[in-house]
Amino acid sequence: MAATPKDPVLVTLQLSGGNDYLNTVIPFNDPLYRDNRPAVGIPDNQILRFDRNYGFHPAMAPLKKVWDQGKLAIVHGVGYTNSPRSHFRSMDIWHTCEPEKVGTQGWLGQVAREYDPRKENVVTVVSFGQCLFRALVAPGVPVACVSGPLEKYGFLPNIQEREQRLQVLDRFAKMYAPVAGTGVMEYLGTTGLDSLKGADILKVAPQKYASPVKYPDTPIARKLRGIAQVHFADLGSRIFYCDHGSFDTHAGQNPGHGDLWSAVSEGLEAFMADLREHDHADNVIILLFSEFGRRVHDNGSGTDHGAAGPAFILGEKVKGGHYGEYPALKAEKLVQGDLNPSTDFRSIYSTILEKWLKLDSKPITGGRFEQLAFLN
Amino acid sequence: MAYQDDIALMAHLMRRAGFGAGRDELEARVAKGHEATVEELLHPETQPAVDMYTLLRYQPASLLPGGQPPMGNVNFMYHLVNTKRPLEEKMALFWHHVFATGNSKVDNYDQLLEQIGLFRQHGMGNYRDLLVTIARNPTMIFWLDNNQNHGTAVNENWGRELLELFSMGVGAYTEKDVREASRAFTGWTFETKIPRLPYGRFPWKFEYRPEDHDDGEKEFLGHRGRFNGEDIIDIVVEQPACARFVCRHLYNFFVADEPQVPAWSIEPPRDQKAIDTLTAAFRQSPRFDIRSVLRVLFNSSFFKNARFQHLKSPAEVVVGSLRLVGGYELPRPGYGDLSMQPAYMGQDLLNPPSVEGWHTGPEWINSGSLMARINFVAGLVGDPSLPGVRAIIDRLKTKGTLSPEQLVDGCLDLLGPVEVSPETRQELVAQAKEWGQTGWASETSAKTADKRVGEMLQLIVATREYQFA
Repeated sequence: MAATPKDPVLVTLQLSGGNDYLNTVIPFNDPLYRDNRPAVGIPDNQILRFDRNYGFHPAMAPLKKVWDQGKLAIVHGVGYTNSPRSHFRSMDIWHTCEPEKVGTQGWLGQVAREYDPRKENVVTVVSFGQCLFRALVAPGVPVACVSGPLEKYGFLPNIQEREQRLQVLDRFAKMYAPVAGTGVMEYLGTTGLDSLKGADILKVAPQKYASPVKYPDTPIARKLRGIAQVHFADLGSRIFYCDHGSFDTHAGQNPGHGDLWSAVSEGLEAFMADLREHDHADNVIILLFSEFGRRVHDNGSGTDHGAAGPAFILGEKVKGGHYGEYPALKAEKLVQGDLNPSTDFRSIYSTILEKWLKLDSKPITGGRFEQLAFLN
Repeated sequence: MAYQDDIALMAHLMRRAGFGAGRDELEARVAKGHEATVEELLHPETQPAVDMYTLLRYQPASLLPGGQPPMGNVNFMYHLVNTKRPLEEKMALFWHHVFATGNSKVDNYDQLLEQIGLFRQHGMGNYRDLLVTIARNPTMIFWLDNNQNHGTAVNENWGRELLELFSMGVGAYTEKDVREASRAFTGWTFETKIPRLPYGRFPWKFEYRPEDHDDGEKEFLGHRGRFNGEDIIDIVVEQPACARFVCRHLYNFFVADEPQVPAWSIEPPRDQKAIDTLTAAFRQSPRFDIRSVLRVLFNSSFFKNARFQHLKSPAEVVVGSLRLVGGYELPRPGYGDLSMQPAYMGQDLLNPPSVEGWHTGPEWINSGSLMARINFVAGLVGDPSLPGVRAIIDRLKTKGTLSPEQLVDGCLDLLGPVEVSPETRQELVAQAKEWGQTGWASETSAKTADKRVGEMLQLIVATREYQFA
């Protein structure tokens, strides 16, 4: 395939529940790590050391390979001041980019509106998850929201016989046809037809797809495979979203946290291999974030809600390395027992918006934030 | 056809004052009459309460669910699906829309459920008493920072929302009134919380601290005195703006969709006369009695004429469907996910997006939520093994072999009756014509007929019209 420049694509993988920073990027030289993790610390001989100071959780071997290839950026100490330590509020802050007040528009929803102000492509944004993530919500922006297998995506999935299905969906389209009437009926009509059209467009993706790459049998791998299928079908989708969890490891952090990271790392390994296999890797970056990190000192079997966490950006065009500073573990530097954020999360958004998506970041992030160097 | 009209009107009443009803129940209620049914709904104490022992036995974690979904939602959903006091539960949902308090900050479903319990208990009583109850509710105090409202350092969050969102609306008061109301509520806080480790969560308790109360003179809405919180509420409920605001909320929830609340100070109500009727009921004796207002509302012609003028909220979609199809009475594995269904459609119960509550009406609908709601309902009505679906099939069966028109009209009737446009009906009939006649004469034809009914029901719940109640 000729390498014509393709539109940049962003895949966001949300680690829901609050991922434990200390056991993800392990500062093994810091004696305070051992002191604070009597119960859930990772034994020295299991840590996947990737440089002189840091190592990954043993479940993250596939991601270490990406690091070794120089395609994994780690952003340290990500968060915001006055971290609320509530899942919902924290997630809202990430989704709407509004740490001070309750925001109504999702940051990626706004991106979609910039790309497609006249709503010419109803699959500009495709989400794989149970609910419509708030990050994607903006007035007038259609989102294709795939909550089950992509093969079954669409209205009335229980009607499966081919003939029946075609007939019934054709009726649906006619019933949602524009009517002269009240604004609400008109609005429902447009929305219904947008979703129908989205389902219709996405339907071709699994049919066109063939790949020698084998994905693991996990929910996150299935979502990533769906994203790959849509991406390869060249439908003009620019924003993909998916989630995995729950990382809320208050208790039983071992082995739960490792299982979560195995699923994420192995899923991403397959996804990236698939992208390369189809020569569709160059225009994709993947952002991994969690709503907060966890308490520095463990609670005997797990860790409680904390503040700063790491974020990861992966991709062929990503400049691997450390960005920002790992917050100090010293007791006097902690905020209520938590790592004090050293990087505003909006710096990551702003870098991705400016350098990757080629958009002005200010209207979306609500200000100017430091540009990080993980993209050229 | 008069009887059919009675059924349609009763179905309307039960959709609005409750979460819908199957045909057997509608027939029984029609026999009783409209006014008698309204009276029964207004007096929930005449019907048994939800059986909490069953919930305790099957889902013990949902009684004190802590801070994580879905167990708090399981508790609420169990009430919504099982209640024999539909209006009591509908009022709890109504006040939850108005006094929107969210787990995003509260981080404690135990407390949120306790607040919902207050709405069940006081939701149809005296509005003044309800405001006092909610002003003393520790969950609300924490949600709106009144524990940070000190005699020496006033925090206006609760004081402002009391006037703006809970009683009068923008434009009925000045910034000075906000300040003075907030001063009057200084010292209204809760007892020092007991740390949740190691023994778990303890209930929050209201506490009045006289030493933290600003006892000085205040000037509020033209009145002057050394007001405390209750005095402020007494003055507020006397305001004509308060009657208008509360009644418009009731109209918006029970009668027909109004613009979003923040627009109320600019946009006039769609039916001023209806609001006037309701406000008169609110202000006459017994004063500020919500039950009296509801009685006038449900018996009024403006209510009876407002069929399908309200876009169903996700909670109404989910609960209404579960009650219609039946079989979801007991909490069982999978109930957690079921309880989160309204959230997947944009209404995370016990966790509204902000104190302003949810944006309602057409704003419930976007391309993701529309598909979620249609597919959820279709998944239920397309399953002939569910008792409520079986009941619809059995009723259709008694009519013998059905022509395409009879199949469509029969299904529309038993799902509501649902009223659809002639264009929509034409499409439904065209689909039924593809199938020919529907009959249950032989075992094979019966199997096909069950399937056809299921598919027709699915197509109907997918219509635009079905999104309205």
